Amino acid sequence: MLSVAAFACGLIFGIGLLISGMAQPAKVLNFLDLAGVASGTWDPSLAFVMAAALAVSGAGYALAGKRTQPMLAPGHLWPTRRDIDRPLIAGAVLFGIGWGLVGLCPGPALVDLATLMPQVIVFVAVMIGGMLLHDFWWAKRTAAGASAPVDG
Amino acid sequence: MTTEFTPIAALSGGALIGLAAALMMLLSGRIAGISGILGGAFEADTGDRAWRWWFVAGLIAAPVLALIAGYGLPKVALPSWPVLIVAALLVGFGTRMGNGCTSGHGVCGIARLSPRSLAATLAFMAAAVVTVFVMRHVMGG
Repeated sequence: MLSVAAFACGLIFGIGLLISGMAQPAKVLNFLDLAGVASGTWDPSLAFVMAAALAVSGAGYALAGKRTQPMLAPGHLWPTRRDIDRPLIAGAVLFGIGWGLVGLCPGPALVDLATLMPQVIVFVAVMIGGMLLHDFWWAKRTAAGASAPVDG
Repeated sequence: MTTEFTPIAALSGGALIGLAAALMMLLSGRIAGISGILGGAFEADTGDRAWRWWFVAGLIAAPVLALIAGYGLPKVALPSWPVLIVAALLVGFGTRMGNGCTSGHGVCGIARLSPRSLAATLAFMAAAVVTVFVMRHVMGG
């Protein structure tokens, strides 16, 4: 049942990315290009996507917070860390630079695989390589070899 | 490439993204963060991997379903190979180092009022805005 739920959630998420236009890198880049506000090419769509997504997920999380356990699993895995440390910000900045260079973040990159464009396929492969590279480097760096805790 | 502001599509698509994140927590107790799910599909404990692959399969199936239903594929304009590969490395490495991406921090994290996710979202948004400014208006790409 958990696999059916995960597939359905991935499907809904992907349809949301498609409908919102966020699977198109140009829309993302035209949001991030604040100089476009003055020249009239700014596309505020991404802010509306975020606002709607936050409203619905916020309501869902409030509901989940009132339940003792999820329907298909023994417990909620809410991330617990609240400290703002250096890897968090450094990682976010590195990700932001990459995102700004192409307009693709992990979700839209996976959705865009359906175009079968070689650039998208290579992007996803190299992105996964970057993930594994980080975790290999991090495991060597930390004496215990434990992987970093996950927020999302 | 100029794009049109599409508020209705943005709000309805965004609501579906939020719904997927809400259902994920209500059903499985998990955060719908794509970079965390994808990275874990390769690296999590063996028993914790299957649902991740199913989620990824759902994401990949979405445009296929849209195509069958008569909608076109998304328009994907991408930069030159060197820029693309550097960006892909940065996105992969950065999302693991920062424990999340646009979905995990930007949507799920802010929705649960996590100070870490708010800080991360501000950081990657700012970095992306500066990067686009440099690429488009300083280097003229």
